[in-house]
Amino acid sequence: MTQTRTVSRNKLFGIPLPAGHTGVDLIISALRIIIVALIIIGAGNTLLEGRFTFEQWLALLFAGLAQGSIYALIALGYTLVYGILRMINFAHGDVFMAGAFTTVFLANSFRQSGFLDSQPLLAILILMGFAALVSMTVAVLLERIAYRPLRNAPRLVPLITAIGASFFIQYTFRGLFGSGFKAYPTVAFLRGTFSVGSINVPIAQLFVFVSAIVLMICLYWLVERTRIGKAMRSVSEDKEVATLMGVNIDLIIVFTFAIGGALAGAAGVINGLFRPQGVNFFMGFFPGIKAFTAAVLGGIGNIPGAMLGGMFLGVIEAIGPNLVLNGLGIPSANQLKDVIAFTMLVLVLIFRPQGILGERLSAEKA
Amino acid sequence: MLARTMLLTALLLVFVVAVQADGHCDDEIGCVVLAPDDPVTIGVMSALSGPVAFLGEDSVGGVEIALNRRGRTSLGREIELITEDSLCNAEGGQTAAQKIASDELILGVVGTSCSGAAASALPVISAAGMLMISPSNTSPALTNADMDAGGLWQPGYYRTAHNDEFQGAMAAEYAMNELGAASAATIHDGDPYTDGLQAVMARTFGEMGGDVVFQGAVNKGDTDMTAILTEIATNPPDVLYFPIFEPEGNFVAAQSQDIPGLEDTILMGADGLLVAGFPAATGEAAIGMYLSGPYLSSDDYSAFLEEWDAEFGGTPPSGFHAHAYDAANILLDAIEAVAMEQEDGSVVIGRQALRDAVSATEGHAGLTGILTCNETGDCATGEALGMYLITEAEVNEGKWPPDVIWSKAEAMMDDM
Repeated sequence: MTQTRTVSRNKLFGIPLPAGHTGVDLIISALRIIIVALIIIGAGNTLLEGRFTFEQWLALLFAGLAQGSIYALIALGYTLVYGILRMINFAHGDVFMAGAFTTVFLANSFRQSGFLDSQPLLAILILMGFAALVSMTVAVLLERIAYRPLRNAPRLVPLITAIGASFFIQYTFRGLFGSGFKAYPTVAFLRGTFSVGSINVPIAQLFVFVSAIVLMICLYWLVERTRIGKAMRSVSEDKEVATLMGVNIDLIIVFTFAIGGALAGAAGVINGLFRPQGVNFFMGFFPGIKAFTAAVLGGIGNIPGAMLGGMFLGVIEAIGPNLVLNGLGIPSANQLKDVIAFTMLVLVLIFRPQGILGERLSAEKA
Repeated sequence: MLARTMLLTALLLVFVVAVQADGHCDDEIGCVVLAPDDPVTIGVMSALSGPVAFLGEDSVGGVEIALNRRGRTSLGREIELITEDSLCNAEGGQTAAQKIASDELILGVVGTSCSGAAASALPVISAAGMLMISPSNTSPALTNADMDAGGLWQPGYYRTAHNDEFQGAMAAEYAMNELGAASAATIHDGDPYTDGLQAVMARTFGEMGGDVVFQGAVNKGDTDMTAILTEIATNPPDVLYFPIFEPEGNFVAAQSQDIPGLEDTILMGADGLLVAGFPAATGEAAIGMYLSGPYLSSDDYSAFLEEWDAEFGGTPPSGFHAHAYDAANILLDAIEAVAMEQEDGSVVIGRQALRDAVSATEGHAGLTGILTCNETGDCATGEALGMYLITEAEVNEGKWPPDVIWSKAEAMMDDM
């Protein structure tokens, strides 16, 4: 290690470097400049061309914020578990699916019985509670069966187990509810738009955003202001010392999975009210990946970071292709929206390796 | 020395006798010899897991009903069905084909579900001397023998599914001639199937004098289509053609409602969305949407649906069950035509002879129309295609399938 650093410190391809710089530093600086320049050129071109109206940009922004809220809610599950166990629970997207898929049947029977139209808010609350319960159960079982026996195994072992568990959950639900696509009913009061002056925001998007914010505030309060939150933070800080202080680690870990699962389940219903289509056993996979990205973007292990990362990713996905790629003259810009999202991830990480709000992890924690 | 020569001669003799007992195989790529108690074995390669698992369910059901109608026997033997999961991608096709090719008793395969899986399965199946008849591959490349032009055809490939050239062109003709559209936009999802279909549609529409204002793509797994729809709305087309699958197709249709500028745009999809759950899962946005797809209207098809309901319950989940039924029948007919009974009760089937028999299929009266295979394995003629219109009955009352408002066969009749 020391050797390679001495060699690369002074020369890159035979060219001497300024004192104190390594070749890697230079390449990263060049990457920063190139990516930032491309974004500025692309955005500048698009805006000068004037193809999109101001209202269209705003519509994209709101859609992005709503989509980002969903990512954020799922991302919280990743971040909570990572904060406590330092493991990535790759089956978390499927925990989200479990709640969303199971509840779609209850939602449709509420619609048929007329309950959804007569008492929409109460019905939505019941649906969210039910989905949270289902997802929570799945998450807790997941921890008990798949992760707890491996808690002291090398770190890659639970990671692979998580991927296996992900498939297990997907195909269990396929077995239970079939491979077809289902849809949530549309709720009448969510169909309109909310207008301030000339700006129109679809109520469904506003609803998603507000419910996500409310849930996140509840979570933040729970972690920062309650006894059990304090115990969670202590386990995250140092498991052994927490045990010595009388904290029941197993209980805290189960609680963490339960909270993450409940949020994912609620996100499943919120997602269903906002994007009713496409409910099937595979629906958790991509949101899971995106939410994981959001958690890393915001600084994994950090709760406000996951919220911010989710929103940021949602907005970038919605605005990025049209703003940047169109301006660069790239055909089929929308197909590349993941490229934009992940380029942003790289960009954020090369400026702030710990994520937007992340703190540098100490060697022991990381 | 002498003893050694004699031993060699004796061994040679045993070998010759063994080959003769094998039944005089003079087929250039080998034979399948069925011992008296061997079943007639055919394979199925379908997407049985993953997001399009319904395609596999649909095809396997079609094959099962074909077997049921034959009493599950052929050549006086039981028919054994070996089912492999070929997913909907190259890796799945490769794996399934390797497994099939390792079983020397398998005579032919019904499959694969997806063109992407067929592209990697076909070289394996072809090299093994087997043949495959796909019920739902529609990519033009698969029956194009010109490798320089991207053709993927190899001996042993057949399909009862219609080539996208037919379906894409039909969508363009319908949009222009029947709907009076002057401009069109297309969306695909990066899959060779959807990309190929939109390319044919756009090309034909352009050749007919229409204006193709936008050709773009979404990703599989996208749920938010606002960005691409907003881009399309900057220059709204008369027709928006998105021959993609669920759930992305549902999202495009539903979200197009909320984009200012797309109110008057007519939505049009293809057989990927001609799925029983699509209208209900999309909601009101699906009302007035056109879907091209296989059009089946015979009495025999109604009987087929009744058998499906009795066997599996409900209706087939996708539009290729009848194609799978026809594929299985063409395969079994060919097997029965070339099988040679031996004196000892075994049966010899030449692999090349079997391919020749499938290639010679002419005027096969199937559920999907009259099938005649051409030299590169296209057995469907495109006449079994129709344009479906989704109405309120499909969305709210669960009616399925929707009514066919225009069909290629009828249009061909009118022209004559």
